[in-house]
Amino acid sequence: MILAIASGKGGTGKTTVSVNLARALGCDVRLLDCDVEEPNDHLFLKGSRAREEIVTIPIPQVDESLCDGCGECGRACQYHAIVSFGAKPLVFPEMCHGCGGCARVCPRKAIREVERRIGVIETDRAGNITLIQGRLDVGEAMAPPLIRAVKAHLQNGLPAILDAPPGTSCPVIAAIRGADLVLLVTEPTPFGLHDLRLAVEMVRALGIPFGVVVNRVGIGDDRVHVYCREGKIPVLLEIPDDRRIAESYSRGELIVESLPEYRGLFLSLIDKTMNRNNS
Amino acid sequence: MKELVVISGKGGTGKTSVTASFAVLAGRQVVADCDVDAADLHLILSPRIKERHEFRSGHEAVIRRDDCRGCGTCLELCRFGAVRMGGGTEGDAVFEIDPVACEGCGVCVRFCPQHAIDFPERLCGEWMISDTRCGTMVHARLGTAAENSGKLVSTVRREARRIAEEENRSLVIVDGPPGIGCPVIASLTGATVVLVVTEPTVSGEHDLERVLSLTRHFNIPTAICVNKWDLNPEMTRRIEAGALRAGARVAGRIRYDRSVTLAQMQERAVVEIGGPCAEDIERIWKQLGLQEEA
Repeated sequence: MILAIASGKGGTGKTTVSVNLARALGCDVRLLDCDVEEPNDHLFLKGSRAREEIVTIPIPQVDESLCDGCGECGRACQYHAIVSFGAKPLVFPEMCHGCGGCARVCPRKAIREVERRIGVIETDRAGNITLIQGRLDVGEAMAPPLIRAVKAHLQNGLPAILDAPPGTSCPVIAAIRGADLVLLVTEPTPFGLHDLRLAVEMVRALGIPFGVVVNRVGIGDDRVHVYCREGKIPVLLEIPDDRRIAESYSRGELIVESLPEYRGLFLSLIDKTMNRNNS
Repeated sequence: MKELVVISGKGGTGKTSVTASFAVLAGRQVVADCDVDAADLHLILSPRIKERHEFRSGHEAVIRRDDCRGCGTCLELCRFGAVRMGGGTEGDAVFEIDPVACEGCGVCVRFCPQHAIDFPERLCGEWMISDTRCGTMVHARLGTAAENSGKLVSTVRREARRIAEEENRSLVIVDGPPGIGCPVIASLTGATVVLVVTEPTVSGEHDLERVLSLTRHFNIPTAICVNKWDLNPEMTRRIEAGALRAGARVAGRIRYDRSVTLAQMQERAVVEIGGPCAEDIERIWKQLGLQEEA
């Protein structure tokens, strides 16, 4: 069972839901932090570092002694990552997607691929949770290859919770593709509803079953609930607006530990999601 | 012409609420919503759309089913996991491209022995020019599951600057996206000043650190403000001290106040309904000193 936690709007509580759910689950679980631009799960779990691996993508390197400046590579590249002006081509590494097209089209075999670092994957152990988080290097533009590398740590049959980046574009898609169920976290405000609609469109386009988590219930109105009711979208968890939750979050604490009265909420979410699928 | 870009690193810190207030305080300038993934500024500024433009960017591979012989060359060459079985039985299979996974590199198109793969331009979204009570606004909508948000961000910014020049405005106010990746880089390179709106939480602190290394990387003058600062005063002080050490300016603090949500419900900017938060935001606006000459 792979459960992905996503949201159109940022800051609605993806991290809160992910880490508390993982802890409340009790059994061994992998938590994949795919918000590689700003990974936060580790701040709440404080585990011990078990492993670090560097993630690279292949980029072209041109052998000048073989290149005759024919320009075929530049014509093949769709990303303007290799450009030739009748001489040895220039490579713009941060534009390169690593498709390998230039090396393949070069008639003189003058291009070989070398690895370029884009980030790291860090594995932490924290009790029942194995946290696997991607961390994109600052200044790097492309999150999807790193997200795919984080997801390569999924293991068949083992339960996994996947904390996705916010939004609805390529990094989010890279994260939630292949999940069994997506939880869309939102808040009962105009911004929350607007971005939830976009997220719903996205998961529908991908054909993944989904439900909604409404966070900070009480700050706005019932527009998100009405939307879910009319669209027959299940609301699987409601977290009330409680300043103590915000304060506990601010200190990096887990709600299920610092405010045990809310533990039941997460246990019931587990019943409705992870356990349902197992039986 | 000056350009202020408001970003946050972490999402949901109040970036859009602050930007909308700035747009009101600035009088009639030019506003750009570069959070093209989850654009919310229009929910406050109620734009009347004057122009719509399609946003096309890159290409996508499409296999012509009738011409596919099922040789599997595309499957073997694709590095993005975008090729999948599209029906037929073994030995007689045909392939198809998952448009969501395709990154438009064109390698399969070029090497398909049957030349059975088309490569049309991809429609990724649209961008709009609108009238608002705070002046002209440029905003966009990225298509569902679409790529190239960075290019769309660049388009929105370029148009906003063009319009500011045309209308003889001195300031462009940009609502940026969360994170530190491609759309963020596209929204802040070359800006006059960046304001980072953060919050006094462990996540806010962690994400701010990464955003500040990004703005330093691109050499852009940066100021920060802590929203909901009284949620954790100690953390606020720590964040401000860290920001100063990282070479950023501290532009002010904003209280934790219901008026922010209340304003959003009424489709108005915080400074339009008043209250303690509004005062805080006005102070930050003056601190930024972008309209000294006025």
